[in-house]
Amino acid sequence: MTSGPHILVVDDELQIRRFLRISLEANGYVVDEAGTGQDAIVKSALQRPDLIILDLGLPDMDGLEMLKRLREWSQIPVIILSVRDSDRDKVGLLDAGADDYLTKPFSTEELLARMRTAMRHARPEEKPAVVSFGEIQVDLARRSVTRRGEMVKLTPTEYALLRLLIQHAGKVLTHRQILHEVWGKEYVQETHYLRVYFAQLRQKLEEDPTRPMFILTEPGVGYRLHI
Amino acid sequence: MDKQRPDPDQLLAAVQRQENNQHRGKLKIFLGMAAGVGKTYAMLESARQVKTSGIDVVVGVVETHGRAETQALLTDLEVLPRRPVEYHNTVLQEMDLDAILNRQPQLVLVDELAHTNAPGSRHIKRYQDVLEILEAGIDVYTTVNVQHFESRTDSVQQITGVQVHETVPDTLIETADRIELVDLSPEDLRRRLAEGKVYTAERVEVAANNFFRLGNLTALREMALRLTAERVDHQLQDYMQVKQIAGPWKSGERLMVAVSPARFSERLIRWTRRMAYNLEASWLAVYVDTARQLNPSEKDGLARNLAMARKLGAEVVIASGENIATALIDLARQRNITQIVIGKPLRSRWDEFLTGSLVDRVIRSSGSIDVYVVTGDEPAQPGQTSQARLVLQTHSNWRHYAYSLAIVTAISLVDYFALAGIGYQAIGLIELFAVLLIAVLLGRGPALLAATLSALSWNYFFIEPRFTFAIYRTQDVILFFLYFGIAAVAGTLTARLREQEKRARTNAERTMALYTLTHELAQALNMDDILKTALSQMSIIFDADIAIILAQEGKLNPAAHPLSTLQLNEKEYSVAAWVFENGKPAGRFTDTLPMATAYYTPLLTPNRTVGVVGLTPHQVSRFSAEQEILLETFIGQVALMIERELLDEAADQAAMLRKSENLYNTLLNSISHEMRTPIATISGAASGLETEQIRLNPESRSVLVQDIRDSAERLNRLVENLLDMSRLESGRLQLRMEWCDAAEVIGVAVKQMEKRLAKRSLLIQHDPLTPLVQMDFVLIEQVLLNLLDNACLYTPAGTPIEIETRLQSGRLEITLTDHGPGVPEDALEQIFEKFYRIPNSPTGGTGLGLSVCRGIVKAHGGQLSAKNIPGAGARFSILLPASNPPPVKESAK
Repeated sequence: MTSGPHILVVDDELQIRRFLRISLEANGYVVDEAGTGQDAIVKSALQRPDLIILDLGLPDMDGLEMLKRLREWSQIPVIILSVRDSDRDKVGLLDAGADDYLTKPFSTEELLARMRTAMRHARPEEKPAVVSFGEIQVDLARRSVTRRGEMVKLTPTEYALLRLLIQHAGKVLTHRQILHEVWGKEYVQETHYLRVYFAQLRQKLEEDPTRPMFILTEPGVGYRLHI
Repeated sequence: MDKQRPDPDQLLAAVQRQENNQHRGKLKIFLGMAAGVGKTYAMLESARQVKTSGIDVVVGVVETHGRAETQALLTDLEVLPRRPVEYHNTVLQEMDLDAILNRQPQLVLVDELAHTNAPGSRHIKRYQDVLEILEAGIDVYTTVNVQHFESRTDSVQQITGVQVHETVPDTLIETADRIELVDLSPEDLRRRLAEGKVYTAERVEVAANNFFRLGNLTALREMALRLTAERVDHQLQDYMQVKQIAGPWKSGERLMVAVSPARFSERLIRWTRRMAYNLEASWLAVYVDTARQLNPSEKDGLARNLAMARKLGAEVVIASGENIATALIDLARQRNITQIVIGKPLRSRWDEFLTGSLVDRVIRSSGSIDVYVVTGDEPAQPGQTSQARLVLQTHSNWRHYAYSLAIVTAISLVDYFALAGIGYQAIGLIELFAVLLIAVLLGRGPALLAATLSALSWNYFFIEPRFTFAIYRTQDVILFFLYFGIAAVAGTLTARLREQEKRARTNAERTMALYTLTHELAQALNMDDILKTALSQMSIIFDADIAIILAQEGKLNPAAHPLSTLQLNEKEYSVAAWVFENGKPAGRFTDTLPMATAYYTPLLTPNRTVGVVGLTPHQVSRFSAEQEILLETFIGQVALMIERELLDEAADQAAMLRKSENLYNTLLNSISHEMRTPIATISGAASGLETEQIRLNPESRSVLVQDIRDSAERLNRLVENLLDMSRLESGRLQLRMEWCDAAEVIGVAVKQMEKRLAKRSLLIQHDPLTPLVQMDFVLIEQVLLNLLDNACLYTPAGTPIEIETRLQSGRLEITLTDHGPGVPEDALEQIFEKFYRIPNSPTGGTGLGLSVCRGIVKAHGGQLSAKNIPGAGARFSILLPASNPPPVKESAK
C-alpha cells in the first residue's frame, strides 16, 4: 500500500487532533500526533515528517521557541494553527521560519490547499519560467508581463514585488519579509509602502481591484499570491 | 419636678452606663486613708484567691516598700518585668504597659494609682495607663490613698498642711466597679508605724510627728469612709434607677461656675464639681470674654482652668459681653441654671471695691437662681494682676507715650500763639480733642498721660493767672477739674471702644473663618478638594503646620496626605496611630505622649474614626481656650465632610455594581439565547446525518452539512463580538494603527463574506487615488464584517449592496447601503445600543454587533451613524479622520 506524505499534527486538544487525523487520512496522508512541544520535537527528529501542523497554544512550550529549535536542524515545512487575536504571534512565527498559517475555525479545503503549497515549495524542483494566472502571463526569463496579450508596464519595484510573490506562490509572505526582500533591511517597518504598491499592482493586474482574485491580503499578516 | 417619677434621661444614662461596662475591664480600687494601712497586702490576698478559681492573673507593678509580709504574697504570682527608663543618670523601672496589653491577662495588679510615670512614657500618669488597660478589656486591681483624689486635695491640704502633687481624677472612683475600703483605726496605724511595719526606721519619727498625727489620721479616715459611702450611695441610685425602684430621686439641678484666669478659679471649679456630683447635677464652666485683653500668663491660666473644668466633666462655655454680671445672668437664664457659683478672693480693699460690686450685681439680678459665693484664702500671686493695676496697664509701649508727649507739646505750642485769637476756653477744647485722638490712636495709657499733661499745661499756660498753677476764677477751677475728669474718662472709654471694636472684629473673623471653611468644604468635589481646603484653611487660621492622615477600611494610611504641610517621622506617626486606635487626642499640650512635636486629634464621626489631624503651631505656647473650641469645631466639620465623601464613594460604587449586574444579566440572557439556536442546529443536523435515509441522500447530506458550517460561523462571530465588547468595556482595546488602503480592507471583508454575498450584486466604488488612512486593519475589517452581516440578515435575499468611499473635509467616509426595508426613523440611534434589536426583526443577531462597531470607530476618533435613503434602504456611514500619509519611494535594489 502506497502511503502518502507523512504529517505530524501537534495540538494539545484531543478533538482537534482527531478530526485532523480523520480528514487527512481520508485524503491519503499518514498522520502522527503529538500533544506537547517536547513530544513534537522528539517525534520530528525520529520520524522526519514531510510537514508539521503546529498549534500555537501548547502547554509546555512557547510556539516560537519550538519553531526556533526545530529550524536549527531542519527545514521541514510548518503550518501554524492560531486564533484571531494572536496576530503578533503569527507574524513572529512566520518571520522565524514557519511556512503558512490558518486561523481557527478553518475549513479542511483551506488546510489541504496550504499543505500542498507548503510541501511543493519544500521540494527543490525546477520553477517554471512562465507563470500565468487569470488573464495575466508572466515571463520570468524575459521579465515581461502581459494581460490579455497586451504588455503591462510595471515599475522595477512593482516587478520585483510580483516576482517575489510568484516565487512563493500560494504561500503567505509577511510584511517584513516582503519589505526586507524588495526594499531592504531599513524598510521593514514601512508597511504603508506595501499598501501603496499593492494597490498599484492590483490596479494593473486585477479585473476588479477592489475584489482581487489573485493578489490577496492576509489581514494583520501580509500578502499571498493565490494561483 | 415630680420626685416620684424617674427622669427618662437619667434612666437612659444609667442603662448606658451599665451597657458600656460590658466591654470594658472591671476596676477594683483598694482605698486607704494613708500609707501602711495594708492596701497592697489586701490587693495581693484578693488576687491570690481569685487565681485559685482559675482566673489568669499577672502583676503589672507592685511596690512592697521592703515590707516582708507583702513580699511573701508575691510568690506564685506571675510578675511581668518592668520597663527601664533612663532619666537624669538613673534608670527608673516603670510598669510596662505594652507588655500587659500584649499579654492580655484577665486581671492585672497595678499598685499606686496616683504614680507619675517617668518622662518618655506613653502617658504622664499611671491612672491613664490603667484606663487604657481597662479599655482593652482587661480587669484591674489597684490601690490608692484618699488624699490623691482631685476633689479632696484641698481638704487634705487644709487638714494635714501637706500639698498633694500626685492626683487622680474623681472619675476613676465613679467608674470603678468595686471599691474596697482598707480600714484601720488611727491608733492601730500608729502602732504599726512604731513597729517599723510601715516605713524604715529613719523615717518613722518624722512621719509620726507630721503626717501620721492622730488628728490627721482621724480626719483622713473620715474622708475615706465618706468617699466610700458616697460611692455606694451612687451605686444604689443606679441600681434603683435601672430596676425602677421608686426612691428619693435627686431633682434636676444645674450648676454654673464663673471661671477666671486666676489660680483661685481652680478651687472654685473643684468645689463646683463636688457639689454637682453630690447633687447629681450637670454643670457649666463659664468664662466671660470682655473687651479686656489678657496677657500671656493669664491666657495660659485661663486655658488651664477651662481644660481642667472640661476634664472634670463640665460643659465649657465662653460667653462674651461688656458686663460680666449681665453676661452670667443671661447665660444662666438661657441654660436654666439653678445655682451660680462665683468666687470672691480676699484681696486688698481697693480690689474689693472694684470686684465686690460684681458679686453684688450678680446677687441682685439673680432672681430665682441661687448664688454661692466661695471665698478664697490666697494672697494675690506674683503672676496675677489686680483689677486696679489693669486700669493702667495697657499694651502700649514707650513709643506711644513718647508720641503722646510730643503731640501734647506741639498742640500747646500752637495754641500758645493762637491764644490771642481764640481764647483759653476754646484752647481747652482743642486740647481735649487732641486727647481723644490720642486715645483712639495710641491707647489708654498715652491718653491718660496726655490728659494729665494737657490739663496741667492748660492751667499753667492759658488759665489766668498765666504761668502759674493757681487759678483765679472759680468757674475756671470748675472748668479745670471738669476738663481733667472728662479727658480721663473720655480717654478711657475711647480706648475701651477701640478694644471692643478689635474684639468684635476678631470674633467676626473667626465666624468668617468657620463660614468660609464650611462653605468651601460644601463645594468640594472630591476627597482631594476637601483635604486641600481643610489644610489651607486650618494652616491660616491656626498659624500652624498641619498634617491629615486618612484611614482606609479601618486602618490608618501609612503616610499623611501629600498636601500636608507638617512632615511626620516614624515616631510622630506612632503617636498618630495611637490616637487613631484610642479615639482620644494626644501629643503636645496633652497628658499622653506629651513629648511629641505636634498635637494630634482624631477625626471622629458617629460611625467611625476617619483619620487623624496633627498640628504644630508656629507660635510655641499652647492654644487659647477659644482656639481650642474653634479647633474642635473645625475638626468636627472636616470629619463630617470626609465621612460624607466616603459615603458618596460607597454609594457610587454600589450604583456601579448594580449597573454592571444588570448588564451582566442582560448579557447572559442574550448570549444563552443566541447560542442555543446554532447549537441546536448543529446538534440536530449532526444527529440527522446519522440516520440512514439522510446519509445515503447526497442532497440532504450537503444541506445539513452546510447548516452545520453556517451555525459554526455564527457562533464564531458571536464569540468575536463578545471578546471585542469586553475589551471595549474594560478599556483594554488596543488599536494597532497603521496606514491602510480602504479598498484593501473592504476587499478582505467582502472576500470573507463571499459565500453569503454570492447571490447578491455588490458594487464597490473607490477612487484609486484616495490616500492611505490611519486605522487598525483588523478592527475596521470587523466593523465591515458586522455591517455586511447585518445587511445580509435584514434585507431580502438577492437585493444589492453598495459600498462607497469618499474623502471629504479631512475625513474618509465609507458607506454601506442596502436595499432593504431600512431602519425605523425613531430607532436610528437606538440600534447602536447594546442588546437593542428592532422589534419584529428576523432573528440571527445578538444586538451586539452595531454597538461593538460604534465602539471601535469611536476608538479611532471617528463616527458611525445610520440613516435611510429614499429609493433604497438603510445606509451606514463610517467616518474616519484622515491626514497626510508619508511619501513612498521606489526601491533602490
